[in-house]
Amino acid sequence: MSEMKKIKNLKEFSTSADRFEGANLLCPGCAHSIIVREVLNATNDDLVLAASTGCLEVCTAVYPYTSWDASWIHIGFENSSTAVAGAESMYNALKTKGRLKQPDRNPKFVAFGGDGASYDIGFQWISGCMERNHNMMYIVLDNEVYANTGGQRSSSTPIGSSATTSPAGSISYGEKMNKKDMLGIMAAHNIPYAAQVAPNKWKDMVKKIQKGFATQGAVFINAVSPCTTEWKFDPKDTMHITDLATDSLVFPLYEIIEGKEFNITYRPKNVVPVEEYLAAQGRFKHLFRDEYKYLIKEWQERVDANWSYLQRREEAKV
Amino acid sequence: MAFDKMELKDIEVWDGNFAAAQALRQAQVDVVAAYPITPSTPIVEGYAKFKSDNYVEGEFVMVESEHAAMSGCIGAAAAGGRVATATSSQGLALMVETLYQASGMRLPIVLNIVNRALAAPLNVNGDHSDMYLCRDSGWIQFDAFSPQGAYDLNFIAFKVSEDHDIRLPAIVNQDGFMTSHTAQGVHTLADDDAFGFVGTFKPMNDMLDFEHPVTHGVQTEEDWHFEHKARQHSDLMLKVSPKIDEVFADFEKLTGRKYSQVECYDIDDADVAVFCLGTSVETAREVAGEMRTKGIKAGVIGLRVIRPFPFEQVQEALKNIKAVAILDRSSPNGAPGAMFNEVCAAMYSHESSPLISGYVYGLGGRDLTKAHLVDLYNELQTNADAGKVTTQLQQFIGVRGPKLSFL
Repeated sequence: MSEMKKIKNLKEFSTSADRFEGANLLCPGCAHSIIVREVLNATNDDLVLAASTGCLEVCTAVYPYTSWDASWIHIGFENSSTAVAGAESMYNALKTKGRLKQPDRNPKFVAFGGDGASYDIGFQWISGCMERNHNMMYIVLDNEVYANTGGQRSSSTPIGSSATTSPAGSISYGEKMNKKDMLGIMAAHNIPYAAQVAPNKWKDMVKKIQKGFATQGAVFINAVSPCTTEWKFDPKDTMHITDLATDSLVFPLYEIIEGKEFNITYRPKNVVPVEEYLAAQGRFKHLFRDEYKYLIKEWQERVDANWSYLQRREEAKV
Repeated sequence: MAFDKMELKDIEVWDGNFAAAQALRQAQVDVVAAYPITPSTPIVEGYAKFKSDNYVEGEFVMVESEHAAMSGCIGAAAAGGRVATATSSQGLALMVETLYQASGMRLPIVLNIVNRALAAPLNVNGDHSDMYLCRDSGWIQFDAFSPQGAYDLNFIAFKVSEDHDIRLPAIVNQDGFMTSHTAQGVHTLADDDAFGFVGTFKPMNDMLDFEHPVTHGVQTEEDWHFEHKARQHSDLMLKVSPKIDEVFADFEKLTGRKYSQVECYDIDDADVAVFCLGTSVETAREVAGEMRTKGIKAGVIGLRVIRPFPFEQVQEALKNIKAVAILDRSSPNGAPGAMFNEVCAAMYSHESSPLISGYVYGLGGRDLTKAHLVDLYNELQTNADAGKVTTQLQQFIGVRGPKLSFL
């Protein structure tokens, strides 16, 4: 086991040597790059990375350039999980056969995918990797929409959000379905470790990522990634929006160990009304019309009920 | 725990599936990621048993779909080691997206395709519909006519595919059931000789070399995409063919078994010939011999290498033939047969061309009988005597109902 990287404070963390370069094409204010840096900077070990087709991929590996100073692969939309699983299998094979070029290293295998690549099209591939318990980490950069292709709804898009394929209109409040509970589904594979993280709570995030890296077996991470373009907020407000997501409990932070042990890892001192979270984003603007205000009330009730459920689950240790 | 070697008799009685599984074992593949599907399943099962009995040291990953199988193979190949898998039919159809990605990323992988019909209607038996499904995928494509070919061509495929000048994945086709499930005598290689032939895998741009990080699978748009595709095509056209000849020659030196990109039987003095793939080649050879006793100078041409298409070798093989039948074992679905078109393209630009007619046969595992081929050779002789194709250009043979012909 490699030694855990010690991180004292945000300044030191932010000046860690980058293996993900600032020279990339992601939008100003995009949370993807913040999350990726927080993940990569959580370890000094070597990395084998994969990305699904999506914003992260098209903005960081445009020939003849690359933003990655680490081994990196992209195959398609649905299979970054299996790409890394294949690389991990090769690592195991070459280790057994004594053919690793640097046998003293302790590489970490990490796949990234957006919510479209993970909740929808790549769902089966991730499930397969989790079930087989590859020694890898899968991270969803969850911006609740197909952002790379211009804002189509995914099964992560929350109810009431206006997406281009579920647009709000004169007779529609936008997306009709509730967001899929991806973390719950993945935890139900009884994998060693599953957690939700948010880039604003960087200490909580680094702790979970390091815990994941120290875990032998499959790790699933769902990271909220506010999208300035599709959520429609000012690029300078990314961290503010993320604060609203975690502090309104719309996006609660918790971990599930071996599919059973359940720990809430962040309890906001002052819980923010869901209405404030919704009001800060253009994608929910139409909900503030008189005829849809009942949806805001329902949003609050749903978030309250979920928080209550999570707390009961933590107490019951199930 | 060191893995065990296996003692083989000089000639074993193997079907094509087991022959392929044995070849993967002897090549000491580092990662097999696979998913079962009829009729290729026994390759995967055979390999799994080798792994359980300690004859395989590499990783064996049973994934949840054929798409995932090739995705895992791509990740493993990019990591830097020997990789192989097997599939058929619907599984191949699901895998097709990743076939283009594997070849575009220039990753050496060996894929055994046990050829089977494509639904609908659902059918588990052998035809070549799946073979044509990946025709333009940028893979090197070999065709076995028998279990012996299925065995030998795997070693040849690894050696061509993994060459640093080539770095393109390779397919070994064999006929579903007729080859895959029909046991025949197979001349074997000793484990050490087989591995000695393919050699230890030499990595290039491997993701597990942490001193030299690489980015695999980049984005290119109108600025660079064309150059990448052109380079891949150019390598297939110019580099792969001589490399295949070189490896065929090395293999002949080791085993005495000679392979050619276009296999010609009794062609030198032939007036008429059948051009086909897979097990039909052996049936046609049998009938050609019988036709010669009746005074018809019959020959057979079997295509051993489908991609890169051996354009000049096909021209050479056919230049003195008077009439040739191109057999297509897949539904053309609204066009002349796929192989018919390819051969016509080769001969159109050649100074001398035989009369070419196309035959669609054997869909969904329907037998091609000797009687069919006797009729066919007689028809070719009629064409040769008349100096023109006396039938329609495309005929269906062995199908129920009134005679079906087009064009």
